[in-house]
Amino acid sequence: MSAIENVSRRWFLKGLAGAGALVLGAHYAPGILLRSESGNMRTDDGRTDADNATFNPNVFVGVETNGTVWIVAHRSEMGTVIRTTLPMVLADELDADWKRVKIDQAIGDPQYGDQNTDGSHSVRSFFDVVRLSGATARVMLIQAAAQRWGVPASECRTELHLVVHSSSGRRLGYGELATAASKLPVPKKDEVQLKSKSAWRYVGKGMTSYDLSELVTGKAVYGMDAHLDGMLFASIEHPPVLGGKIKTVDNADALKVSGVSQTIVIDPFKPPPAFQPLGGVAVLANSTWAAFQGRKKLKIEWDNGPNETYDSDQYKKELQETARKPAKLIRGQGDVDQAFGSTANTFEGEYYVPLLAHAPMEPMVALAEFKDGKVHAWAPTQNPQAVQAIVSSELGISKADVICHVTLLGGGFGRKSKPDYVAEAAVLSHKVGRPVKVVWTREDDIQFDYYNAVAAMYMKAALDSNGKPVAWLQRSVFPPITSIFDVNAVYGDPPHLAQGWTDMPYDIPNLRIENGPAKAHVRIGWLRSVANIYHGFAVQTFSDELAHRAGRDPAEYLLELIGPPRTIDFKGVDYPNYGASLETYPWETGRLRRVTEMVIEKSGWGKRKLGKGAGLGIAAHRSFLTYVATVVEVEVSDDGDIRIPRVDTVVDAGLVVNPEVTKAQFEGAAVFGTSVARSGEITAKKGVIEQTNFDSYPVARINEAPYQTNVYLVESDAPPAGVGEPGVPPFIPALCNAIYVATGKRIRELPLSRTNLGKQS
Amino acid sequence: MANTIKFKVNGEAHSFDGEPDMPLLWYLRDSLGLTGTKFGCGIGLCGACTIHKNGDAVRACITPMSAVAGAEIRTIEDIGTNGLHPVQRMWMKFNVPQCGYCQSGQIMQAIALLRSKPKPTDEDIDDGMAANICRCGTYQRIRAAIKAAAQEPL
Repeated sequence: MSAIENVSRRWFLKGLAGAGALVLGAHYAPGILLRSESGNMRTDDGRTDADNATFNPNVFVGVETNGTVWIVAHRSEMGTVIRTTLPMVLADELDADWKRVKIDQAIGDPQYGDQNTDGSHSVRSFFDVVRLSGATARVMLIQAAAQRWGVPASECRTELHLVVHSSSGRRLGYGELATAASKLPVPKKDEVQLKSKSAWRYVGKGMTSYDLSELVTGKAVYGMDAHLDGMLFASIEHPPVLGGKIKTVDNADALKVSGVSQTIVIDPFKPPPAFQPLGGVAVLANSTWAAFQGRKKLKIEWDNGPNETYDSDQYKKELQETARKPAKLIRGQGDVDQAFGSTANTFEGEYYVPLLAHAPMEPMVALAEFKDGKVHAWAPTQNPQAVQAIVSSELGISKADVICHVTLLGGGFGRKSKPDYVAEAAVLSHKVGRPVKVVWTREDDIQFDYYNAVAAMYMKAALDSNGKPVAWLQRSVFPPITSIFDVNAVYGDPPHLAQGWTDMPYDIPNLRIENGPAKAHVRIGWLRSVANIYHGFAVQTFSDELAHRAGRDPAEYLLELIGPPRTIDFKGVDYPNYGASLETYPWETGRLRRVTEMVIEKSGWGKRKLGKGAGLGIAAHRSFLTYVATVVEVEVSDDGDIRIPRVDTVVDAGLVVNPEVTKAQFEGAAVFGTSVARSGEITAKKGVIEQTNFDSYPVARINEAPYQTNVYLVESDAPPAGVGEPGVPPFIPALCNAIYVATGKRIRELPLSRTNLGKQS
Repeated sequence: MANTIKFKVNGEAHSFDGEPDMPLLWYLRDSLGLTGTKFGCGIGLCGACTIHKNGDAVRACITPMSAVAGAEIRTIEDIGTNGLHPVQRMWMKFNVPQCGYCQSGQIMQAIALLRSKPKPTDEDIDDGMAANICRCGTYQRIRAAIKAAAQEPL
């Protein structure tokens, strides 16, 4: 177990608490710490509930007597470097020496607050919280030093990892002060002054990943690497059609495979699927390979159930039909019908984006041990509290008895927010009384995903004599994510409609934004950028079409559509704004305009000389509270092969805490967008997903990815916004708009592999 | 059982007398605990399991144990044990990894590439690295790190 313990040192922290060290924030630390026998911990002494409510901290910091500062990372690490970034913010406020900071990965525990590492909100939701935690510790260390020296705390200040008495020059290290500080009352929020921006050591300058050296030496521990002595390996044959049930199983040949010990039937889920195991037959063995081989020998007859009729070609037609019919009004003003009726100058476009799979490099995997009424699970999960919830309900034990240790994630992209695979491991361990590691194959991963929704969009505009829209109708139809929680859900829910649809930013006097119904036949789920992918594609492609139709430069036309700076008024509109308040995070078109103007300049738009078969495309989009504009250069060969020599993307994400890492997110988003655009398509026949591996579901490789992505971060004092997802939505239409310039072919359907871009078509 | 297969892993002698069709990947991971070599696709499409067999980059997930008889196998665990390899150093300098899961394979592939093309062109890098998928999309930094490593004494 030694490797795994690296990722959860909870017991170490307990020991630390008992050793007379300063352990701050124990009142919001896990129950294990609260139960500690140590009197040194700072609990919520003297705090009222109201104080707790406003303080609401979610992080934890401890200072050992040797000066080591422990910081808990309660968000999951899947490549965004959040496991480093938030602790770095805390360390900054603490004036801690980063070289003496150790990071402890939190288990799942509601006392941290939300731990679902999705929605690009870790920094914005926890920036203030971790700053306050660090600053509180700093204040207490100063007080401890002041007491020791018998001077007023106001005469003392911190330098790197030590407290200094300014006039006498006396100094004491954090480790020397830890015990004394641990005996002090925790100051209230209003007694703690945060650093000024000019005093920040790390915030805004950034830090590379805490795990970097382990990541390049093969030592980093992912869920795939979890190990317990005596564990069994399991591979599961899931029902090929969602909701299918077993008719008969013949496991005789499977049991003959060397190393296979048994097979276990996992019950099908009770609709709705949510995060329950899909059901099926698990083959347990003494190695991964034996489990895989045994599984191939299973003979199972399935009752596929009603989703057997699902055919994605037919379904596409149905979505497109629905999109042509009047639907539910989401947002509107003026009179679109009247405007359409009073001019012949109208224009329509239909857009389509298929189901998409996440395909993180690490397939779903989890290790669980049921013992003495409790489950310990080690999993690459974005959402350890959801692990607690589903394992608790599957096994009928309390959530507190589900201890979820979060490993590093080999990619997540939203898939690993849904812990069905962890529940499988727990269910199997419960049945066999031994630790079980469930390993999905790549085929399992692609065929049993929670797919990004397939979507059909219908757009129509009425234009004035200058080609500017005076009326605008947009209608989207997609099976909603809520269908995994409610079998009757067919309409988009406000948070997902809000993703690039409800908030279409142009100021058009006559506007109708609609949403039509669609029933899901597969599990639908969040995937990096989610509904912004298809909504951004439709809005930004349609905008480009209008520009060309008007004979205008697309970039200038886009700026005109965005219009002069204003704050969008969502009065009377259900617009959740990514869960953020519109006071703190208003929708400011001026910021979208600014990134667009900047990308025009940075990309050399209109000034660059491009070769034959090349083109530039532009798009701008706000998602996850971040404003992004992107210009893509594409080259299309006579055979229709595309190359992406250059991408320029300008990002206004408010305050950027970790700039270099943020740039990497936008570079990666361009590659992710390339995969979606080039070849991202999941289809089904008779309810069975047709794609299986990276041959039938290709993702971008080094020779297909953008050659050079230049990322420019806007200097901003606005509060921090998302950076993991916002790069994807504008990239895709910018690429497709560039292809139009290069080839004259308008891409209204993804992926590009569906369109022959060559000269001979 | 079948004939015993003898080979070396990271300089150490090993013998195997299990299922000869079992891919080397699972021997490395499940039997030896060398988990730096990753499982990504199982059919040689993604490169996450790239290791060196007699100095050549190969996919451990489609290399049966029967094919390693007499071979010298080297995994990421044996790279940079006496000070990081220049490729690893450049991977850190250019801050290449995001999730990092594919990077063992990328690094093993890059080392093999630099052995055959000490001063690789962009085309060489495309050819040499195209079989290694990075879903996070770190390709631009991979390319820069390879070019920088090519300037280092290997």
